[in-house]
Amino acid sequence: MSGIPHDHYEPGTRFEKWLHARLPIVALAYDTIMIPTPKNLNWWWIWGIVLAFTLVLQIVTGIVLVMHYTPHVDLAFASIEHIMRNVNGGHMLRYVHANGASLFFLAVYIHMFRGLFYGSYKAPREVTWIIGMLIYLAMMATGFLGYVLPWGQMSFWGATVITGLFGAIPFIGDAIQTWLLGGPAVDNATLNRFFSLHYLLPFVIAALVAVHIWAFHTTGNSNPTGVEVRRGSKEEAKKDTLPFWPYFVIKDLFALAVVLLVFFAVVGFMPNYLGHPDNYIEANPLVTPAHIVPEWYYLPFYAILRAFTSDVWAVQLASFITGGIVDAKFFGVLAMFGAILVMVFTPWLDTSKVRSGQNRPMFKWWFRLLVIDFIVLTWVGARDTNFPHDWISLIGATYWFAYFLIILPLLGIMEKPKTPPKTIEDDFNAHYPEASGSAAE
Amino acid sequence: MIRKLTLTAIAAMALMAGGANAAGGGDTHIEDIAFSFEGPFGKYDQAQLQRGLKVFVEVCQSCHGLKYVPLRTLADPGGPGYTEDEVRAFAAENFEIYDPELDDWREAKPSDHFPAVTGEGMGPDLSLMAKARAGFHGPYGTGINQLFRGIGGAEYIASFLMGFTGEEDEVAGQYLYENTAFDGGWVSMAPQLDDGLIDYDDGHPNDAQNLAEDVAAFLMWTAEPKMMARKQAGFVAVTLLVLLSALLYLTNKKLWYPVKHGGKQAKL
Repeated sequence: MSGIPHDHYEPGTRFEKWLHARLPIVALAYDTIMIPTPKNLNWWWIWGIVLAFTLVLQIVTGIVLVMHYTPHVDLAFASIEHIMRNVNGGHMLRYVHANGASLFFLAVYIHMFRGLFYGSYKAPREVTWIIGMLIYLAMMATGFLGYVLPWGQMSFWGATVITGLFGAIPFIGDAIQTWLLGGPAVDNATLNRFFSLHYLLPFVIAALVAVHIWAFHTTGNSNPTGVEVRRGSKEEAKKDTLPFWPYFVIKDLFALAVVLLVFFAVVGFMPNYLGHPDNYIEANPLVTPAHIVPEWYYLPFYAILRAFTSDVWAVQLASFITGGIVDAKFFGVLAMFGAILVMVFTPWLDTSKVRSGQNRPMFKWWFRLLVIDFIVLTWVGARDTNFPHDWISLIGATYWFAYFLIILPLLGIMEKPKTPPKTIEDDFNAHYPEASGSAAE
Repeated sequence: MIRKLTLTAIAAMALMAGGANAAGGGDTHIEDIAFSFEGPFGKYDQAQLQRGLKVFVEVCQSCHGLKYVPLRTLADPGGPGYTEDEVRAFAAENFEIYDPELDDWREAKPSDHFPAVTGEGMGPDLSLMAKARAGFHGPYGTGINQLFRGIGGAEYIASFLMGFTGEEDEVAGQYLYENTAFDGGWVSMAPQLDDGLIDYDDGHPNDAQNLAEDVAAFLMWTAEPKMMARKQAGFVAVTLLVLLSALLYLTNKKLWYPVKHGGKQAKL
């Protein structure tokens, strides 16, 4: 499977030979689990396992929750309370599922920023990166659809606002919004289709995850130095890598246990900390909540959506050029999706010959600023839009685009990168001077 | 590195809270109360829940329902802790339920819920009120103080009940009462609690502040009846994961030792 030379599965027993000739499934599992992995991976590389685990956790808890949930506008809210009060362990199940979404997004953001820092998106891993972005989009959709299901006030009004984004598209927006909602407003048809899609999309994500893993098992993992594993011979590759099992499985499981420790502390002791109190009020189309705020994981992009008001010159220019077709609302929608789209194109926007941020003295600072920018946008996305929040979101949104569209392309030309270590083995031995004593098993 | 991960986790928690705490805030005043059920070790005070139930039935019940709360749960572990016989007597004594099968009204049974109260001039259902309000939002809207004080739903209820300034206003034929805890400052519910309004069976002090805190605690229970079971599950999970983390840490260390030390085996 991997392009890195390594020992392949050899069927031993007669049954294995029989099966292997018909379905090489053991070989697939063996090659997947024994993939040669750069031995210098640091702790930022553990989030993939956390994500895989969380996906399974969400699917399993979700399937059981569905056994007790009723997707009907008159019954949905009460069925959640039924789960919380009457179903054995139902309160834990629901809190794990609700907080599991937060864990999922926390992990995916760290995973993405790890990729952005270490240049994991660069050739030859562009496809892995793009599949990852598709997974992220599917996650956003799934999270949003799921948040509507309890049929609380934020569910209802969140659905109204988010589908309204599609309504901002010129000419066809209203038709699209009606089509999405299954009617003129959020109602039973909306709840039913959102439920159906919320059940479907996680399996799409699971399939995309399989492709994501397939892609990076083909290219091999990236690593902190950005230097590729030597592939000249099996012996050479062995000096740079260790098999995934047991070295990284155990390492990742340790990290997963620590992450879950924090997760279950949250679920056990403050399960509503990340939720919104208004969602404990049943949906009421006649009462609009004072503040409609998305879940925390959408806030950076929500901030970008709201940053571009009609006072901003870029919006006025766009409106003027298009004869008013692109108004402030549509501009905001374009900006929000654009903020994700620029990430998709990162492999080609980053012109640097050097892969890892470790070896890029200027890049490091711009990247740190991007992380701070993301945090500030998350915070300001939940605030009102009065001064100074309007300015903070505008500056934050501008930097987001500037980083991907201007800074990354220019840095590759202007920056003088450090020389990376020659091999992964050198990097590893620099960290562990005793390691070079003899060849590691 | 582990320290780094922990810090990342804590920082992320603080950051994520921002979204949850955007609403509300403003100029309302919510008093922090040291309820017995706060914090990882907090438990409901059974006597307080019983007192709060009495306040609810004698005061709030006339305008507010608890439609999601089954009467039988009054006998559940981690609640007010009545016996099943007491619940049966309590239900029959206090509530009349319309039974569509009989096409008539009958005394409530433990399998019934607290009645829903709807109609002109009636207030919102209180089953989930303690989770539908956040008392604390700061600092700067980040919600980080909820990590230390709790979300503050019960505090909101108590502060609301005690927050009337005595000012009244009439707007379009409806009386409004000024309240320092209510978002917007004016509410159509009149002040309800006075010192000594209710005599507690256990002789507990019954000034208005006590009545407010007791009913707030009771409404926290109606909103989160499985809280004590949840915290217990949390402790089991955290304990097992601490153990598992420690074992995996040692396993990982031993596994990697030869790789990091030129083939030498770890001495454990």
